[in-house]
Amino acid sequence: MSSNNDSISKTLIVVISLCLVCAIVVSTAAVQLRPQQNQNKLLDSQINILRAVGLVEGAASPEMVVETFNKHIETKLVDLNTGEFVERDPATFDYRKALKDPEQSKPLEDGNDVASIRRITELAPVYLAYDEQRNLTAFVIPVHGYGLWSTMHAFLAIETDGNTIIGLNYYEQGETPGLGGEIENPRWKAQFEGKKLVNDAGEVALEVKKPGNADPDSAYEVDGLSGATLTANGVQNTFTFWIGENGFGPFLAKVRQGALTNG
Amino acid sequence: MANAKEIKTVLFGPIFANNPIALQVLGICSALAVTTKMDKALVMCIALTFVTAFSNLFISTIRNHIPSSVRIIVQMTIIASLVIVVDQFLKAYAYDVAKELSVFVGLIITNCIVMGRAEAYAMKSSPGMSFLDGIGNGLGYSVVLMVVAFIRELGGSGSVFGVQIMPLISEGGWYQPIGLLLMPPSAFIIIACFIWILRTYRPEQIEKA
Repeated sequence: MSSNNDSISKTLIVVISLCLVCAIVVSTAAVQLRPQQNQNKLLDSQINILRAVGLVEGAASPEMVVETFNKHIETKLVDLNTGEFVERDPATFDYRKALKDPEQSKPLEDGNDVASIRRITELAPVYLAYDEQRNLTAFVIPVHGYGLWSTMHAFLAIETDGNTIIGLNYYEQGETPGLGGEIENPRWKAQFEGKKLVNDAGEVALEVKKPGNADPDSAYEVDGLSGATLTANGVQNTFTFWIGENGFGPFLAKVRQGALTNG
Repeated sequence: MANAKEIKTVLFGPIFANNPIALQVLGICSALAVTTKMDKALVMCIALTFVTAFSNLFISTIRNHIPSSVRIIVQMTIIASLVIVVDQFLKAYAYDVAKELSVFVGLIITNCIVMGRAEAYAMKSSPGMSFLDGIGNGLGYSVVLMVVAFIRELGGSGSVFGVQIMPLISEGGWYQPIGLLLMPPSAFIIIACFIWILRTYRPEQIEKA
């Protein structure tokens, strides 16, 4: 029996048929579950955008998220170089995919890669938030940067003046739980509310200080996290990069001149 | 066919008498990584038990047809397929936990327990018993993981299954969390203590020097 098993033909038959069976099982599972997974991903980013603007607190049912999102949020694409809106259906644009796609993104030179993210896209989504009367109240930009162990992804909600932070929502990170991972702590995130991104000269002024050193009266300073200096540096770098010239700088400058408020 | 006593040994033996982590010291890699929160650890335990049980079942079913020259590859193919299926299911139906577990579900493929049971038990035993053996070893793994996760979550975050038991100072309470418990090395220390206690009660597990 066993000597028969080791013949070349038997080996090939067993291996090939096993591979076929496994391939069918795996691909069936992947294809069947894909729609559900995509929906989860979409829902996850929607709820995190809503949390950043403060339209949803804590948990919410999927139906409620979709309803609130469709009612209050409009997605638009921005050309990061010029800061102008681009006429393209945002539904056809996958930002995460674009970041990895050489066609849609370009590598950053060492000196410019403040947040250690290596590549940046031409286009980026911006989520405009409206109130019940369809007045624009805020907009949300996606930001990310490298912390100690991981790339930390966040949504940053900003008032229509292009400078005042409404909310910061870190929603994906792999920092040390309990230390750097505390960037997901609502109490820590709450500090950013009302802070200003840039000073009167238009330079990035928001500063993540060492814990306990932030001046509560300052419009720019927030406390870092104790035991997580490198994560806090990563947060600082994320802001420096995305608010700066290579990130959303040109767009934010236009917003500050009234691009959103003047119609 | 196996009698009731044998079934009991196969199913419950791995919990204390022949624990895969404590006695064989297998599969501790993930025990270090996913035990900071109990809910994460629980999902990991369920996933691993499922994979071990079914990989044992399938490998045992075709054990008489596996050529010995490629048996490890055959086992790996079955295990890897199961792990991918589990990962896909978690991403579809338990998205939040799947996001937190991220790569560690995929790393069940390299978990020594799964491979170890396939090679040591399923290759020689009937499918039914192999399936029970997989569940038993999954339970043994789960017991250790849940104990470690309980200590780490309670001491490190003051909570159990995400429910705050001891309010933290940073939230306005009184408990100063032990930061070390949130770091991977603490799991080593806890597992070592677990093994120590277990071997004090069962001296037959002590290896001869």
